Amino acid sequence: MTGLAAAGLLILLIPFAFAGLALMSTGLTRSRSAAHSVMSTLTVAAVAVLIYVVCGFAWQGYPGRAAFALTVAGKQWNWIGAEGLFLRGLDFEGPGAGFAACFGMFSAALAAIIPLGAGEERWRLGSAAASAAVLAGWTYPLFAHWVWGGGWLAQLGFVDAGGTATIQVVGGLTALSVSWILGPRRGKYNQDLMPFAMPGHNAVFVLFGALLALLGWFGLNSAGAMLFYGAAPSRVPLIAINTTLCAGSGLLATVLVTRTRFGKPDAWLSANGWTGGLAASSACAAFVTPAEAIILGLVAGALVTFSIEWLELHLKVDDPAGAISVHAVAGLWGVFATGFLGRNGQWIAQLAGIATLLGFVLPTTYGLNWLINRFWPYRVTVDGERNGMDLHELGANAYPELASHSEDFMQR
Amino acid sequence: MKLAGLLLLLSGWVICLTALALLPSQSTRLSFLLAGMAVEVIGLVIVARAHIPLREDRG
Repeated sequence: MTGLAAAGLLILLIPFAFAGLALMSTGLTRSRSAAHSVMSTLTVAAVAVLIYVVCGFAWQGYPGRAAFALTVAGKQWNWIGAEGLFLRGLDFEGPGAGFAACFGMFSAALAAIIPLGAGEERWRLGSAAASAAVLAGWTYPLFAHWVWGGGWLAQLGFVDAGGTATIQVVGGLTALSVSWILGPRRGKYNQDLMPFAMPGHNAVFVLFGALLALLGWFGLNSAGAMLFYGAAPSRVPLIAINTTLCAGSGLLATVLVTRTRFGKPDAWLSANGWTGGLAASSACAAFVTPAEAIILGLVAGALVTFSIEWLELHLKVDDPAGAISVHAVAGLWGVFATGFLGRNGQWIAQLAGIATLLGFVLPTTYGLNWLINRFWPYRVTVDGERNGMDLHELGANAYPELASHSEDFMQR
Repeated sequence: MKLAGLLLLLSGWVICLTALALLPSQSTRLSFLLAGMAVEVIGLVIVARAHIPLREDRG
Protein backbone atom coordinates (compact mmCIF):
# COMPACT_ATOMS: atom_id res chain seq x y z
CA MET A 1 0.00 0.00 0.00
CA THR A 2 1.37 3.42 -0.91
CA GLY A 3 1.86 6.07 1.75
CA LEU A 4 -0.98 8.21 0.45
CA ALA A 5 -3.45 5.32 0.30
CA ALA A 6 -2.57 4.44 3.88
CA ALA A 7 -2.92 8.08 4.91
CA GLY A 8 -6.33 8.17 3.23
CA LEU A 9 -7.55 5.24 5.28
CA LEU A 10 -6.07 6.62 8.50
CA ILE A 11 -7.78 9.99 7.95
CA LEU A 12 -11.10 8.16 8.27
CA LEU A 13 -10.25 7.39 11.92
CA ILE A 14 -10.17 11.09 12.89
CA PRO A 15 -13.96 11.43 13.49
CA PHE A 16 -13.54 9.02 16.41
CA ALA A 17 -11.78 11.92 18.15
CA PHE A 18 -14.97 14.00 17.70
CA ALA A 19 -16.99 11.22 19.30
CA GLY A 20 -14.51 10.83 22.14
CA LEU A 21 -14.39 14.53 22.97
CA ALA A 22 -18.19 14.80 22.70
CA LEU A 23 -18.67 11.95 25.16
CA MET A 24 -16.12 13.41 27.55
CA SER A 25 -17.66 16.88 27.48
CA THR A 26 -21.14 15.48 27.93
CA GLY A 27 -20.17 13.26 30.83
CA LEU A 28 -18.43 16.18 32.52
CA THR A 29 -21.52 18.41 32.41
CA ARG A 30 -24.58 18.13 34.63
CA SER A 31 -27.49 16.08 33.31
CA ARG A 32 -29.62 19.17 32.66
CA SER A 33 -27.33 20.15 29.74
CA ALA A 34 -26.31 16.73 28.38
CA ALA A 35 -28.28 16.73 25.12
CA HIS A 36 -27.23 20.33 24.44
CA SER A 37 -23.61 19.30 24.82
CA VAL A 38 -23.80 16.59 22.14
CA MET A 39 -26.00 18.72 19.92
CA SER A 40 -23.44 21.54 20.15
CA THR A 41 -20.69 19.15 19.05
CA LEU A 42 -22.66 18.04 16.00
CA THR A 43 -23.69 21.58 15.07
CA VAL A 44 -20.22 23.00 15.51
CA ALA A 45 -18.67 20.15 13.50
CA ALA A 46 -21.23 20.70 10.73
CA VAL A 47 -20.55 24.45 10.58
CA ALA A 48 -16.78 23.95 10.72
CA VAL A 49 -16.60 21.44 7.84
CA LEU A 50 -18.88 23.61 5.73
CA ILE A 51 -16.92 26.80 6.26
CA TYR A 52 -13.61 25.01 5.85
CA VAL A 53 -14.67 23.69 2.45
CA VAL A 54 -16.06 27.07 1.41
CA CYS A 55 -12.99 29.14 2.28
CA GLY A 56 -10.77 27.47 4.94
CA PHE A 57 -8.75 25.31 2.57
CA ALA A 58 -8.30 28.29 0.27
CA TRP A 59 -6.30 30.03 3.02
CA GLN A 60 -4.59 26.85 4.25
CA GLY A 61 -3.30 25.56 0.89
CA TYR A 62 -0.71 22.87 0.42
CA PRO A 63 3.09 22.97 -0.02
CA GLY A 64 4.09 23.68 -3.60
CA ARG A 65 0.72 25.18 -4.58
CA ALA A 66 -0.44 28.78 -4.98
CA ALA A 67 0.26 31.05 -1.99
CA PHE A 68 1.01 34.67 -1.13
CA ALA A 69 4.47 35.56 0.16
CA LEU A 70 6.07 38.66 1.64
CA THR A 71 9.70 39.52 0.96
CA VAL A 72 11.56 40.72 4.05
CA ALA A 73 15.34 41.30 4.09
CA GLY A 74 15.63 39.50 0.76
CA LYS A 75 13.85 36.38 1.92
CA GLN A 76 10.36 35.26 0.97
CA TRP A 77 7.97 34.49 3.83
CA ASN A 78 4.95 32.49 2.74
CA TRP A 79 1.99 33.65 4.83
CA ILE A 80 -1.36 32.54 3.31
CA GLY A 81 -2.62 30.07 0.75
CA ALA A 82 -4.24 31.16 -2.52
CA GLU A 83 -6.40 28.19 -3.45
CA GLY A 84 -9.87 28.51 -4.96
CA LEU A 85 -13.00 28.71 -2.82
CA PHE A 86 -15.11 25.51 -2.51
CA LEU A 87 -11.96 23.41 -3.16
CA ARG A 88 -12.08 24.64 -6.76
CA GLY A 89 -9.10 23.57 -8.83
CA LEU A 90 -8.15 20.76 -6.47
CA ASP A 91 -7.16 17.53 -8.21
CA PHE A 92 -8.66 14.66 -6.24
CA GLU A 93 -7.07 12.11 -8.59
CA GLY A 94 -3.55 13.35 -7.94
CA PRO A 95 -1.40 12.96 -4.85
CA GLY A 96 -1.33 15.16 -1.79
CA ALA A 97 -3.63 18.14 -1.85
CA GLY A 98 -6.94 16.22 -1.91
CA PHE A 99 -5.89 14.17 1.12
CA ALA A 100 -4.70 17.34 2.86
CA ALA A 101 -8.09 18.97 2.24
CA CYS A 102 -9.90 15.99 3.78
CA PHE A 103 -7.47 15.88 6.72
CA GLY A 104 -7.85 19.65 7.13
CA MET A 105 -11.64 19.45 7.10
CA PHE A 106 -11.66 16.94 9.98
CA SER A 107 -8.95 18.86 11.82
CA ALA A 108 -10.86 22.15 11.55
CA ALA A 109 -13.94 20.45 12.99
CA LEU A 110 -11.89 18.96 15.83
CA ALA A 111 -10.33 22.34 16.65
CA ALA A 112 -13.82 23.88 16.69
CA ILE A 113 -15.19 21.18 19.01
CA ILE A 114 -12.51 21.75 21.67
CA PRO A 115 -13.78 25.15 22.97
CA LEU A 116 -17.22 23.65 23.65
CA GLY A 117 -15.81 21.87 26.69
CA ALA A 118 -14.91 25.19 28.32
CA GLY A 119 -18.28 26.78 27.56
CA GLU A 120 -20.47 23.91 28.74
CA GLU A 121 -23.75 24.73 30.51
CA ARG A 122 -23.78 28.41 29.52
CA TRP A 123 -22.71 28.87 25.88
CA ARG A 124 -25.62 29.35 23.50
CA LEU A 125 -25.78 27.04 20.49
CA GLY A 126 -26.09 29.79 17.86
CA SER A 127 -23.15 31.80 19.08
CA ALA A 128 -21.05 28.63 19.47
CA ALA A 129 -21.74 27.91 15.80
CA ALA A 130 -20.74 31.48 14.85
CA SER A 131 -17.51 31.11 16.83
CA ALA A 132 -16.82 27.78 15.08
CA ALA A 133 -17.33 29.41 11.70
CA VAL A 134 -14.68 32.03 12.45
CA LEU A 135 -12.27 29.43 13.84
CA ALA A 136 -12.67 27.05 10.88
CA GLY A 137 -12.78 29.84 8.30
CA TRP A 138 -9.89 31.99 9.44
CA THR A 139 -7.87 31.27 12.62
CA TYR A 140 -7.30 27.55 12.05
CA PRO A 141 -6.58 27.70 8.28
CA LEU A 142 -4.16 30.60 8.65
CA PHE A 143 -2.09 28.85 11.33
CA ALA A 144 -2.41 25.52 9.47
CA HIS A 145 -0.98 27.21 6.38
CA TRP A 146 2.00 28.43 8.38
CA VAL A 147 2.66 24.91 9.68
CA TRP A 148 1.35 22.50 7.03
CA GLY A 149 0.85 24.59 3.91
CA GLY A 150 4.49 25.51 3.32
CA GLY A 151 4.14 28.72 5.36
CA TRP A 152 6.80 30.65 7.23
CA LEU A 153 6.84 28.39 10.31
CA ALA A 154 7.36 25.35 8.07
CA GLN A 155 10.17 27.27 6.34
CA LEU A 156 11.82 27.71 9.78
CA GLY A 157 11.60 23.96 10.42
CA PHE A 158 8.67 23.92 12.87
CA VAL A 159 7.46 20.35 13.44
CA ASP A 160 3.87 19.46 14.26
CA ALA A 161 3.01 16.21 12.53
CA GLY A 162 -0.38 15.42 14.04
CA GLY A 163 -1.62 18.87 15.00
CA THR A 164 -0.60 19.50 18.61
CA ALA A 165 -0.14 23.19 17.81
CA THR A 166 -2.42 23.46 14.80
CA ILE A 167 -5.45 21.68 16.26
CA GLN A 168 -5.04 21.20 20.01
CA VAL A 169 -3.43 24.47 21.08
CA VAL A 170 -5.45 26.60 18.64
CA GLY A 171 -8.63 24.94 19.99
CA GLY A 172 -7.41 25.16 23.58
CA LEU A 173 -6.55 28.87 23.37
CA THR A 174 -9.97 29.50 21.84
CA ALA A 175 -11.43 27.59 24.80
CA LEU A 176 -9.55 29.94 27.13
CA SER A 177 -10.88 33.00 25.29
CA VAL A 178 -14.44 31.67 25.36
CA SER A 179 -14.19 30.83 29.05
CA TRP A 180 -12.94 34.36 29.80
CA ILE A 181 -15.71 35.95 27.75
CA LEU A 182 -18.46 33.76 29.23
CA GLY A 183 -17.33 33.97 32.84
CA PRO A 184 -17.95 31.18 35.37
CA ARG A 185 -21.24 29.28 35.71
CA ARG A 186 -23.67 30.69 38.27
CA GLY A 187 -23.03 29.13 41.63
CA LYS A 188 -19.50 28.02 40.71
CA TYR A 189 -17.86 30.56 43.04
CA ASN A 190 -19.09 31.87 46.36
CA GLN A 191 -18.74 35.47 47.53
CA ASP A 192 -15.15 34.83 48.62
CA LEU A 193 -14.43 33.43 45.15
CA MET A 194 -13.90 29.92 46.47
CA PRO A 195 -15.00 27.36 43.88
CA PHE A 196 -17.71 24.75 44.46
CA ALA A 197 -17.38 21.32 42.88
CA MET A 198 -19.92 20.80 40.11
CA PRO A 199 -19.35 17.15 39.20
CA GLY A 200 -20.37 15.84 35.81
CA HIS A 201 -23.24 13.42 35.46
CA ASN A 202 -21.63 10.35 33.86
CA ALA A 203 -18.10 9.11 34.57
CA VAL A 204 -18.57 6.17 32.19
CA PHE A 205 -19.14 8.55 29.26
CA VAL A 206 -15.97 10.41 30.21
CA LEU A 207 -13.79 7.32 30.49
CA PHE A 208 -15.21 5.65 27.37
CA GLY A 209 -14.83 8.94 25.48
CA ALA A 210 -11.14 8.99 26.40
CA LEU A 211 -10.74 5.46 25.01
CA LEU A 212 -12.59 6.34 21.81
CA ALA A 213 -10.42 9.42 21.30
CA LEU A 214 -7.35 7.16 21.06
CA LEU A 215 -8.60 5.84 17.69
CA GLY A 216 -9.01 9.37 16.40
CA TRP A 217 -5.49 10.25 17.50
CA PHE A 218 -4.07 7.22 15.65
CA GLY A 219 -5.56 8.79 12.53
CA LEU A 220 -4.34 12.30 13.29
CA ASN A 221 -0.78 11.36 14.20
CA SER A 222 -0.23 8.81 11.43
CA ALA A 223 -1.94 10.59 8.55
CA GLY A 224 -0.41 13.96 9.49
CA ALA A 225 3.10 12.49 9.60
CA MET A 226 2.63 10.88 6.19
CA LEU A 227 0.99 13.84 4.48
CA PHE A 228 3.14 16.67 5.78
CA TYR A 229 6.45 15.08 6.82
CA GLY A 230 6.75 12.21 4.34
CA ALA A 231 6.67 9.40 6.94
CA ALA A 232 6.50 5.93 5.39
CA PRO A 233 3.57 3.58 6.14
CA SER A 234 6.09 1.33 7.92
CA ARG A 235 6.27 4.03 10.61
CA VAL A 236 2.60 3.61 11.57
CA PRO A 237 3.29 0.95 14.24
CA LEU A 238 5.82 3.26 15.95
CA ILE A 239 3.35 6.15 15.80
CA ALA A 240 0.58 3.96 17.28
CA ILE A 241 2.90 2.73 20.04
CA ASN A 242 4.07 6.24 20.92
CA THR A 243 0.53 7.65 20.85
CA THR A 244 -0.72 4.92 23.18
CA LEU A 245 2.30 5.29 25.47
CA CYS A 246 1.74 9.03 25.74
CA ALA A 247 -1.93 8.55 26.61
CA GLY A 248 -1.20 5.74 29.05
CA SER A 249 1.59 7.55 30.85
CA GLY A 250 -0.53 10.71 30.96
CA LEU A 251 -3.27 8.75 32.70
CA LEU A 252 -0.84 7.06 35.09
CA ALA A 253 0.71 10.40 36.05
CA THR A 254 -2.75 11.74 36.85
CA VAL A 255 -3.66 8.62 38.81
CA LEU A 256 -0.45 8.91 40.84
CA VAL A 257 -0.86 12.62 41.51
CA THR A 258 -4.52 12.36 42.53
CA ARG A 259 -3.90 9.18 44.57
CA THR A 260 -1.09 10.91 46.44
CA ARG A 261 -3.00 14.14 47.04
CA PHE A 262 -6.54 12.96 47.63
CA GLY A 263 -6.07 9.35 48.77
CA LYS A 264 -7.89 7.90 45.76
CA PRO A 265 -7.41 8.20 42.01
CA ASP A 266 -9.80 10.67 40.41
CA ALA A 267 -11.61 9.15 37.41
CA TRP A 268 -12.56 12.48 35.81
CA LEU A 269 -9.07 13.93 36.06
CA SER A 270 -7.51 10.65 34.93
CA ALA A 271 -9.52 10.74 31.70
CA ASN A 272 -8.24 14.27 31.18
CA GLY A 273 -4.68 13.09 31.86
CA TRP A 274 -5.10 10.42 29.16
CA THR A 275 -6.40 12.99 26.66
CA GLY A 276 -3.67 15.46 27.67
CA GLY A 277 -1.12 12.74 26.81
CA LEU A 278 -2.80 12.34 23.43
CA ALA A 279 -2.79 16.09 22.79
CA ALA A 280 0.92 16.29 23.63
CA SER A 281 1.76 13.25 21.48
CA SER A 282 0.61 14.65 18.16
CA ALA A 283 3.56 16.91 17.41
CA CYS A 284 6.26 14.28 17.57
CA ALA A 285 4.78 10.77 17.91
CA ALA A 286 6.36 9.91 14.56
CA PHE A 287 9.84 11.05 15.52
CA VAL A 288 10.48 10.02 19.13
CA THR A 289 11.46 6.76 20.75
CA PRO A 290 9.00 4.91 23.01
CA ALA A 291 11.02 5.93 26.09
CA GLU A 292 10.75 9.59 25.09
CA ALA A 293 7.01 9.15 24.48
CA ILE A 294 6.60 7.93 28.07
CA ILE A 295 8.37 11.03 29.42
CA LEU A 296 6.22 13.23 27.18
CA GLY A 297 3.02 11.63 28.47
CA LEU A 298 4.04 11.62 32.14
CA VAL A 299 4.77 15.34 32.12
CA ALA A 300 1.59 16.08 30.15
CA GLY A 301 -0.57 14.15 32.62
CA ALA A 302 0.95 15.88 35.64
CA LEU A 303 0.65 19.29 33.95
CA VAL A 304 -3.04 18.71 33.19
CA THR A 305 -3.81 17.80 36.81
CA PHE A 306 -2.12 20.85 38.31
CA SER A 307 -3.29 23.18 35.57
CA ILE A 308 -6.98 22.30 36.04
CA GLU A 309 -6.72 23.06 39.75
CA TRP A 310 -4.67 26.21 39.24
CA LEU A 311 -7.02 27.66 36.63
CA GLU A 312 -10.08 26.97 38.77
CA LEU A 313 -8.66 27.99 42.13
CA HIS A 314 -6.34 30.88 41.33
CA LEU A 315 -7.42 32.31 37.98
CA LYS A 316 -11.16 31.64 38.55
CA VAL A 317 -11.49 30.14 35.08
CA ASP A 318 -14.51 27.83 34.96
CA ASP A 319 -13.68 25.11 32.43
CA PRO A 320 -16.12 22.20 33.07
CA ALA A 321 -14.40 19.74 30.72
CA GLY A 322 -10.80 20.80 31.38
CA ALA A 323 -10.40 21.74 27.70
CA ILE A 324 -7.87 24.51 28.35
CA SER A 325 -5.55 22.31 30.40
CA VAL A 326 -5.89 19.24 28.19
CA HIS A 327 -5.52 20.90 24.81
CA ALA A 328 -3.67 24.20 25.38
CA VAL A 329 -1.39 23.45 28.36
CA ALA A 330 -0.51 19.84 27.48
CA GLY A 331 -0.35 20.86 23.82
CA LEU A 332 2.15 23.65 24.46
CA TRP A 333 4.26 21.17 26.39
CA GLY A 334 4.13 18.80 23.40
CA VAL A 335 5.23 21.53 21.00
CA PHE A 336 8.05 22.58 23.33
CA ALA A 337 9.21 18.99 23.95
CA THR A 338 9.46 18.37 20.21
CA GLY A 339 12.38 20.80 20.25
CA PHE A 340 14.54 18.50 22.32
CA LEU A 341 13.04 15.04 21.82
CA GLY A 342 13.59 13.11 18.61
CA ARG A 343 14.75 15.61 16.01
CA ASN A 344 17.42 17.83 17.49
CA GLY A 345 18.30 21.43 16.76
CA GLN A 346 14.74 22.73 16.44
CA TRP A 347 14.66 24.94 19.47
CA ILE A 348 14.22 28.18 17.59
CA ALA A 349 11.49 26.88 15.27
CA GLN A 350 9.51 25.34 18.13
CA LEU A 351 9.86 28.47 20.28
CA ALA A 352 8.75 30.60 17.31
CA GLY A 353 5.68 28.38 17.05
CA ILE A 354 4.87 28.79 20.75
CA ALA A 355 5.42 32.55 20.51
CA THR A 356 3.03 32.66 17.55
CA LEU A 357 0.37 30.66 19.39
CA LEU A 358 0.51 32.92 22.44
CA GLY A 359 1.25 36.21 20.70
CA PHE A 360 -0.88 35.92 17.59
CA VAL A 361 -3.46 33.12 17.89
CA LEU A 362 -4.61 33.98 21.44
CA PRO A 363 -5.21 37.72 20.83
CA THR A 364 -6.78 36.98 17.43
CA THR A 365 -9.17 34.33 18.69
CA TYR A 366 -9.99 36.39 21.79
CA GLY A 367 -10.67 39.49 19.68
CA LEU A 368 -12.85 37.65 17.17
CA ASN A 369 -14.88 35.92 19.90
CA TRP A 370 -15.22 39.21 21.78
CA LEU A 371 -16.57 40.79 18.58
CA ILE A 372 -19.09 37.98 17.96
CA ASN A 373 -20.19 38.23 21.59
CA ARG A 374 -20.97 41.94 21.11
CA PHE A 375 -23.50 41.17 18.38
CA TRP A 376 -24.58 37.65 19.32
CA PRO A 377 -24.33 37.25 23.09
CA TYR A 378 -22.60 34.06 24.12
CA ARG A 379 -24.06 33.64 27.56
CA VAL A 380 -27.47 32.08 28.10
CA THR A 381 -29.98 33.89 30.32
CA VAL A 382 -30.17 33.25 34.08
CA ASP A 383 -33.36 31.23 33.55
CA GLY A 384 -31.69 29.18 30.86
CA GLU A 385 -28.82 28.36 33.15
CA ARG A 386 -31.13 27.53 36.00
CA ASN A 387 -33.38 25.21 33.99
CA GLY A 388 -30.53 23.69 32.03
CA MET A 389 -29.50 24.18 28.43
CA ASP A 390 -31.49 21.15 27.27
CA LEU A 391 -34.84 22.56 28.27
CA HIS A 392 -33.98 26.17 27.49
CA GLU A 393 -32.41 25.77 24.06
CA LEU A 394 -33.69 22.41 22.82
CA GLY A 395 -37.05 22.23 24.53
CA ALA A 396 -36.53 18.76 25.99
CA ASN A 397 -34.25 17.12 28.53
CA ALA A 398 -31.74 14.40 27.67
CA TYR A 399 -33.15 12.36 30.54
CA PRO A 400 -36.87 13.27 30.70
CA GLU A 401 -37.58 10.74 33.43
CA LEU A 402 -35.38 12.72 35.83
CA ALA A 403 -36.96 15.55 37.80
CA SER A 404 -35.96 19.11 36.98
CA HIS A 405 -32.79 20.16 38.76
CA SER A 406 -33.86 23.75 39.17
CA GLU A 407 -34.69 23.20 42.81
CA ASP A 408 -31.09 22.36 43.69
CA PHE A 409 -29.80 25.49 42.00
CA MET A 410 -28.62 28.03 44.50
CA GLN A 411 -27.31 31.47 43.78
CA ARG A 412 -24.28 31.80 45.98
CA MET B 1 -6.10 46.15 31.37
CA LYS B 2 -7.43 43.42 29.10
CA LEU B 3 -6.54 45.47 26.02
CA ALA B 4 -3.10 46.31 27.41
CA GLY B 5 -2.41 42.63 28.03
CA LEU B 6 -3.56 41.63 24.55
CA LEU B 7 -1.43 44.36 22.99
CA LEU B 8 1.57 43.13 24.97
CA LEU B 9 0.95 39.63 23.63
CA LEU B 10 0.97 40.98 20.08
CA SER B 11 4.03 43.13 20.78
CA GLY B 12 5.95 40.12 22.04
CA TRP B 13 5.10 38.26 18.87
CA VAL B 14 6.22 41.18 16.70
CA ILE B 15 9.58 41.19 18.54
CA CYS B 16 9.92 37.48 17.80
CA LEU B 17 8.97 37.90 14.14
CA THR B 18 11.36 40.79 13.66
CA ALA B 19 14.19 38.84 15.23
CA LEU B 20 13.52 35.85 12.98
CA ALA B 21 13.30 37.99 9.85
CA LEU B 22 16.18 40.37 10.40
CA LEU B 23 18.80 38.82 12.67
CA PRO B 24 21.35 36.59 10.99
CA SER B 25 22.97 34.67 13.84
CA GLN B 26 21.25 31.93 15.77
CA SER B 27 22.33 33.16 19.19
CA THR B 28 20.99 36.70 18.76
CA ARG B 29 17.81 35.30 17.23
CA LEU B 30 17.33 33.06 20.26
CA SER B 31 17.97 35.96 22.66
CA PHE B 32 15.40 38.21 21.00
CA LEU B 33 12.98 35.30 20.68
CA LEU B 34 13.19 34.72 24.43
CA ALA B 35 12.82 38.46 25.08
CA GLY B 36 9.70 38.52 22.90
CA MET B 37 8.30 35.52 24.74
CA ALA B 38 8.98 37.24 28.08
CA VAL B 39 6.88 40.19 26.88
CA GLU B 40 4.16 37.71 25.90
CA VAL B 41 4.21 36.12 29.35
CA ILE B 42 3.76 39.55 30.96
CA GLY B 43 0.83 40.19 28.61
CA LEU B 44 -0.70 36.81 29.43
CA VAL B 45 -0.44 37.46 33.17
CA ILE B 46 -2.11 40.87 32.76
CA VAL B 47 -4.97 39.46 30.65
CA ALA B 48 -5.48 36.55 33.06
CA ARG B 49 -5.56 38.84 36.10
CA ALA B 50 -7.96 41.23 34.36
CA HIS B 51 -10.42 38.36 33.92
CA ILE B 52 -10.54 37.35 37.57
CA PRO B 53 -14.04 38.35 38.72
CA LEU B 54 -14.23 40.92 41.50
CA ARG B 55 -15.70 39.87 44.84
CA GLU B 56 -18.48 42.45 44.39
CA ASP B 57 -19.53 40.70 41.17
CA ARG B 58 -20.39 37.59 43.16
CA GLY B 59 -22.43 39.43 45.77
